[in-house]
Amino acid sequence: MVSGTLRTASAGRTSPEASATETPALTCSHLSAVYPGRQGDVQALRDIGFSIRDREFVSIVGPSGCGKSTLLRIIAGLQQPTAGSVSFGGASRPGTGLVFQEHGTFPWMTVVENLAFGLEMQGMPRDERQARALDYANRLGLGQFVHAFPRELSVGMRQRVDIGRAFLSGAPLLLMDEPFGALDAQTRWVLQEELLRIWLESRKLVVFVTHDLDEAVLLSDRVLVMSGRPGTIRQDVSIDLPRPRDSRRDHAAIREYTWHMWQLLEPDVRSGLAIKG
Amino acid sequence: MTHRLSEGRRTAAFVAVALFGAWEVASRSGGLSPTFMPAPTTVLGTLGRELAGGLVGHLAMTMGRVFGGLLLGAVPALLLGFAMGLSPAVQRSVDPFVSALHPIPKLALLPLLMVLLGIGEAPRLTVIAAGAFFPMLLNTLTGVRQISGVHIDVARSYGATNKQILRRVILPGSVPMVLTGLRLATNLAFLTAIAVEMLGASDGLGAQLWLSWQTLRVDLLFAVLTLIAVIGVSISAGLRLLARRGAPWLSEHTAQI
Repeated sequence: MVSGTLRTASAGRTSPEASATETPALTCSHLSAVYPGRQGDVQALRDIGFSIRDREFVSIVGPSGCGKSTLLRIIAGLQQPTAGSVSFGGASRPGTGLVFQEHGTFPWMTVVENLAFGLEMQGMPRDERQARALDYANRLGLGQFVHAFPRELSVGMRQRVDIGRAFLSGAPLLLMDEPFGALDAQTRWVLQEELLRIWLESRKLVVFVTHDLDEAVLLSDRVLVMSGRPGTIRQDVSIDLPRPRDSRRDHAAIREYTWHMWQLLEPDVRSGLAIKG
Repeated sequence: MTHRLSEGRRTAAFVAVALFGAWEVASRSGGLSPTFMPAPTTVLGTLGRELAGGLVGHLAMTMGRVFGGLLLGAVPALLLGFAMGLSPAVQRSVDPFVSALHPIPKLALLPLLMVLLGIGEAPRLTVIAAGAFFPMLLNTLTGVRQISGVHIDVARSYGATNKQILRRVILPGSVPMVLTGLRLATNLAFLTAIAVEMLGASDGLGAQLWLSWQTLRVDLLFAVLTLIAVIGVSISAGLRLLARRGAPWLSEHTAQI
């Protein structure tokens, strides 16, 4: 694994050495994924290795087709790696909340039923989970929509529900696959801020896949920059910016990081374009 | 939008009244032969008299055959559809039979079934059930198949067991297509019931249609046809209501398909 860290003069609070003694909550070692294809096998991931501490927010960025989503599915246990393993600080895979780009909410459940789904699967009695979901909905500004179906909501509202469901479930591990990818820029800002706020309150371990570098820097403690296919980890970048952060106020500091990441990514993005013609 | 819709309805009502009015006048004045095109009021009069007489019994027979056929055809199709959708092994073993039997016009089986099952209700119900079976089966199968993998992944990640996935994801997720299957199955069962009744039954609306042709009672023919049309419309309305109740999350548009 390549592990370089970018330091900026403005910040530098957490040092990787201090945290190295802590047991990682999630470790991926030597992960590879190969898909059988028509013209031979396609290697999606090659020798991916990293570990994440509890309560850490880690983003994965990379050119399209680099296997980001495959990596997330492997961590979620929805797909087996061809080689390598995923291990968790505890013995078995902890409860996991999955958030997707658009259609993650169940169309046949109301907002409150969607929010309560994680609790329902844990066997919480109906009245209790209903009460908790209603309370959470009010806090998220979804109060007037609790009995609406997802079809009746905007995409932004649906994503609020999807993210709320993940946090409300109490799962210690949250995996998000471009949850803001289908939103317009302004809605995205609002939801990014909201996500930061709820995350700061609860401090779950979040693995967040995105293609938006600004988003990755704004939200994360660390950003894993992947290469084009086969996906490997090109660099593990610590984001040493104090929280709470603000996308517009901290614009200049964020841009230093994104510029650095873009330099890492650009050749792969260009060659990816060339391949697809 | 609602305004234009109601305007469209007004136009339709106007056209209908004009058409029936012209028919009435033409039939009464002798412009149309009252024997072959009896006036609408004559038809309604006949319908009222016949309903007070024996027609209600025939109606009950037909509806009994439709529901019996649905029970025997659509219900097993629903269960088999789920089994095929959930298990590739079941689908692989049933598929060849479906491909071989589905294209046969089910009515063509009636003579053979009469040889095998004897003359009576059994061959009729079998044909109606066979008509209802396939649309229900294929739509249920599609309903299970089209459920988004994302929803199954999400449910699984929150710790859902297979049973919970079935109950909270697959069953509700397949409801729209199951409802479509039920609508097609009911329409086909109704159509097939009328057809088998015309082929040698002594009771039911189809038998009455055939009788009125044989005795050249055209007013009765029109009366029975009117009744059949009313039942057809009522079945559609009932199923739409069922869709709204059973799947309130569907948009009005989807529910009406």
